[in-house]
Amino acid sequence: MITPEFVLFGILAAVGVAASVGVVAFNSAIRSALCLVLNFFVLAVLYFTLNAQFLGITQVVVYTGAIMVLFLFVIMLLNIGAEHFLNEKFDYKRIVGLAAGVLLFLMVGSQLLPALQSFNHVSALGDYGTPQAIGHTLFTEYVIPFECISVLLLVGVVGSILLAKRKM
Amino acid sequence: MAAEIAHWFLNLPDVVQALIRAIIWVLFIFAPVPLFIWWERKLLSWMQDRIGPNRVGSVTFSKRGKAPAFLKGKSFTVFYGILQPLADGIKSFSKEDLAPNASDKFVYFLAPAVALFPAFAIGAIVPWASWRSLTPVGDVDIGVLYMLAISSLGVYGVVLAGYSSNNKYSLLGGLRSSAQLISYELSMGMSLAAIALATGSLRLTDMVQAQEGPFYGAVKFIQNWNVFTPFGFIAWVIFLICMVAETNRAPFDLPEAESELVAGYNTEYSTKKWVLFMMAEYVNMFIFGTVSVTVFWGGYNALPVNWEYLANNAPGGAVWAFLGQIQYWLAFLVFFAKGFAMISFYIWLRATMPRLRYDQLMSLGWKTLLPLATVNFMVVALWLVVTALMKVSSGDLIGILVGWVVVLVAGAVIYVLYRIRKAISPGESGRLEPRTITLVDPNKEATA
Repeated sequence: MITPEFVLFGILAAVGVAASVGVVAFNSAIRSALCLVLNFFVLAVLYFTLNAQFLGITQVVVYTGAIMVLFLFVIMLLNIGAEHFLNEKFDYKRIVGLAAGVLLFLMVGSQLLPALQSFNHVSALGDYGTPQAIGHTLFTEYVIPFECISVLLLVGVVGSILLAKRKM
Repeated sequence: MAAEIAHWFLNLPDVVQALIRAIIWVLFIFAPVPLFIWWERKLLSWMQDRIGPNRVGSVTFSKRGKAPAFLKGKSFTVFYGILQPLADGIKSFSKEDLAPNASDKFVYFLAPAVALFPAFAIGAIVPWASWRSLTPVGDVDIGVLYMLAISSLGVYGVVLAGYSSNNKYSLLGGLRSSAQLISYELSMGMSLAAIALATGSLRLTDMVQAQEGPFYGAVKFIQNWNVFTPFGFIAWVIFLICMVAETNRAPFDLPEAESELVAGYNTEYSTKKWVLFMMAEYVNMFIFGTVSVTVFWGGYNALPVNWEYLANNAPGGAVWAFLGQIQYWLAFLVFFAKGFAMISFYIWLRATMPRLRYDQLMSLGWKTLLPLATVNFMVVALWLVVTALMKVSSGDLIGILVGWVVVLVAGAVIYVLYRIRKAISPGESGRLEPRTITLVDPNKEATA
């Protein structure tokens, strides 16, 4: 049974998988990073299709918009080019690695696929992923862990300033 | 007639409706770009006491040519050279396209497209009239967050262009731009967060609706535009500065500072690719302008007057009702005019302000705007809590009054604290650090 949602998911998933293959396949660091950007972006769109708006937009803000920009910033600053010598000689470890990868994929897939086949409804219900619902849950049920994490992040910020700034 | 069209539209499939909304919006922001370019050149020239482009579109018939007798020797000028952008466009598309040989070709050609994407995507949440089935393109719950997220993607176009050109100036421009965008995003987010807190929603449509409420919660015939409230005004000023920085416009145009970096990240771009960058810049300016108008200046409302309330409660009801109808049907023109005013503000700023130095840029963003926006956010939270508590304990009017008094008191306390801090350590005021240049002594240079 092919629904529009299914087609959309198929396209997004294909792009996402292709991008994540590109991350490891490209020699040039900047192209790998760009593939990662694309992968994160497609992942965010996948979250949108699953009705998880807030999660999706956080993905874009945090990963695509902030972390990957810093990645690119560093790659550009160091001007890391393509590593050509990595490709030069044959290595039996590649074959073993590939086989292990396929094996892992089969193992995970054999466990996941039967369980996933019974799912027809591909999006969360109602206002499950809205900022209101998430905010309400965060500030009622999980308020203590939430505050702990924010204090932890503050400590992290102060610590990084302390490390970066030699003389106070 | 209108009802039939509405009926026909609402019966279309959802996807088609969304597509129509998107096409209308893209036309809305894309079609006026030549007008903006012409207006920038013209207004800038007037501000600088020049004439500016005034030739394109003028026709002069020769006295001896084959023209009809009544046209011979006559000359016609088109309105203030308004066809200039058309000539610019033809020139750009018929010029030889140069690309540097040693560039990363794929990324080099990708960059302009990447720069254009966020410019078109940001506006999807901005309502340009009160017809909810036509606008905005997507009325999503995450509203403002979506805008911030997509605008943070804008840095990619600049960074990729800077990297792939294989040019030191481009690279420096790209680096400057990424640092600048990351720094000013935070203050922009904080200033919008204050308004989101005051509104109680992230949706821009809810923000417009909240601004149509009674002024200061009390005066019912005036709308409560966010810019009229103390915290809203501060948030607006912060947003204004941040949006100029986000669009890389003067005085924040360090990524393309022509006196230092040739043209910054787009040095190596010519013809159509360069046009795409320019287009992205103008569309971005317009979108950020409209967002600022929507969040702070009452959206598509022409005047901060509640026509419906006046029609029901004031003498001369029919007149107010008629004005309300005009507001309802011409909302999109009002919205466009407001966006155009913001563009004019950008141009005015460009004509007035000198470019910031890099350290000034960073200290303005991190030491001035971000703390100010954060304090502003806290004041909004305080105002909300105090108003809600006092409303419960001693009635609506007292609650509103006490809320505003608390805001003013908090503002005064913050100002006094700021002055005290400045008095304690005058050197660290932040904005205009004096910077000395040590000239190298030529004699010592020779010995060393």
